[in-house]
Amino acid sequence: MSAKEFPAKFDYLDEVREYVGEKARAAGFGEKDIYSIQLATDEAASNVIEHAYEGVPDAFFELTCEFKNDRMTITLLDHGKTFDPSKVDVPDVKADLSDRKIGGLGIYLMRKLMDEVRYESTPSGNLLTLVKRKA
Amino acid sequence: MEISSKEFKHCNLVSISGRVDSATAPQFTQALDKLMEKGIYKLVIDMHGLEYMSSAGFRALLAAQRNCKRYNRGEVVLAAVPDRIREALELAGFTELFKTYKEPLDAVGSL
Repeated sequence: MSAKEFPAKFDYLDEVREYVGEKARAAGFGEKDIYSIQLATDEAASNVIEHAYEGVPDAFFELTCEFKNDRMTITLLDHGKTFDPSKVDVPDVKADLSDRKIGGLGIYLMRKLMDEVRYESTPSGNLLTLVKRKA
Repeated sequence: MEISSKEFKHCNLVSISGRVDSATAPQFTQALDKLMEKGIYKLVIDMHGLEYMSSAGFRALLAAQRNCKRYNRGEVVLAAVPDRIREALELAGFTELFKTYKEPLDAVGSL
């Protein structure tokens, strides 16, 4: 398993996507799955930066990546405010333009792009787990 | 992320390239807002050179579409959307909200 700490700033999202993209490529995922993994991880990290660490300067989160039994497991651990994505309303992606909700889209995409999305509040922080199976 | 805008008779062609995420989406929003403030509500977004777009970029598109379609004064249409980005837009149900064209100039001609 590999782990890396990232500053909780939007400017580091490029590096976050590169990090998981390289791991996914090394694990033999195809381009479509690599993009899905990068997008889901970006959405997860953006939520941590925007919600968990809202107004907190110089914060960090830890990203881990593990590929085992044809499954890529990515975790994000932060020490910010508890933010349970499962409590966020699922947006209606069939709603008309005027009724479209702006929020919740990132979480919706995360769930659609990955095979599993789990959130736990642990003694060491908020832990979000994303799993993608290799087809 | 790079944005440029070209004026046509009936609309503007906005070419966006590189990556749109939470860090760069505000610049994208700003560029679109600037055009709309000038009274330009018919916009073609040429995504030919776009490598990546997260939901932050989708939100910018949604806000622009709402503003442009108000009072039937215009519309945002998308052109040359790369496969990966189109798939994510489909997942989010955004392909229902935007007409898409393969060729930017066909999109320009449609407005």
